[in-house]
Amino acid sequence: MFGHVSPLKVYIGIFAALMVLTVVTILVAYVDLGEMNKVVAMGIASFKATLVVLYFMHVKYSSRLTKLIVVSGFFFLAILLTLTMADYGSRQWVNPPAILQ
Amino acid sequence: MHADAHGHAGHGHGAQHPALQHQFETMGQQKEAAVLGMWAFLLTEVLFFGGLFMAYMLYRIWYPDAFVAASTSIDLKWGALNTVVLIGSSLTMALAVRAAQTNQRKATVNWLILTMVLGTVFLGVKVIEYADKFEHHHVPGPNFVWAEPGHEAAGADAGTASDHAVSAQEAANLQNHTQIFFSLYFTMTGLHALHMIIGIGIMLVITWQAYSGRFSSEYYTPVEMTGLYWHFVDIVWIYLFPLLYLIDRS
Repeated sequence: MFGHVSPLKVYIGIFAALMVLTVVTILVAYVDLGEMNKVVAMGIASFKATLVVLYFMHVKYSSRLTKLIVVSGFFFLAILLTLTMADYGSRQWVNPPAILQ
Repeated sequence: MHADAHGHAGHGHGAQHPALQHQFETMGQQKEAAVLGMWAFLLTEVLFFGGLFMAYMLYRIWYPDAFVAASTSIDLKWGALNTVVLIGSSLTMALAVRAAQTNQRKATVNWLILTMVLGTVFLGVKVIEYADKFEHHHVPGPNFVWAEPGHEAAGADAGTASDHAVSAQEAANLQNHTQIFFSLYFTMTGLHALHMIIGIGIMLVITWQAYSGRFSSEYYTPVEMTGLYWHFVDIVWIYLFPLLYLIDRS
């Protein structure tokens, strides 16, 4: 009656994509990319999470208000991570490691 | 009197869906409010787990060697198996919602039961993993022992006393810092498992309601809300798996 009913194909396709990405993220863990190891692993995880949010959680077919709420939440998560990192990153400069030890 | 009653029905108040609560105009509006409220709750959960992810990232940057050593000591195959199981349970949950949307009562019940079975398999694997940690003294606390594979060899060829002191200091650091890793490991996977147990509990109720025929294509909001919660738990694991098991395996 209301609410978008996705075809079966979409769910099977998204599941297959998530499985492929799981295999990719495991294989890539055995390749040494230096500092990029974390970035690649988190990038793949974020792509998988986006697929789940859009298709399994139906946000792709939700109202603009719901979309706005979802995006705002991840925006606040980004603030949490970025500002905390910036704080700790700059504290070490104020207190050199030699003084701490 | 008679005309009055007909007039009343004519205004659309007579044919209300029994699940429509009086503060909502339509079923669509009621569902929209539920979706919005559920997402508001899930976003508090995002920030709740986000704080733990933040702590993990920071300690990983501070003690990279200890975190790589501890993370590599975890058996990858159980984590990989659980990833497949949990993403599979997200698929069956999505199919349960779809079955409810399309008036398939039996299919809704069956997909929900399968989702609970897969969730229980996940928790069972977690029990095997936790038991393994207890066996290897990898549970933080007084009995925590970090034995690095190459430790004995490094101690044997240590020539001077100062070399020995340095390696003893390094061993003590490794003992402390791997313990931080396992503290975060148990906190994050433990809270994730708790969310799954709650999810299975909610699903038991929803499955019973679905079996009793409470849902239809016009009203399946509780099934969809349970789905949103379950998919969120899946997303947390999608991040936990690479963070705890995968990064820097090479």
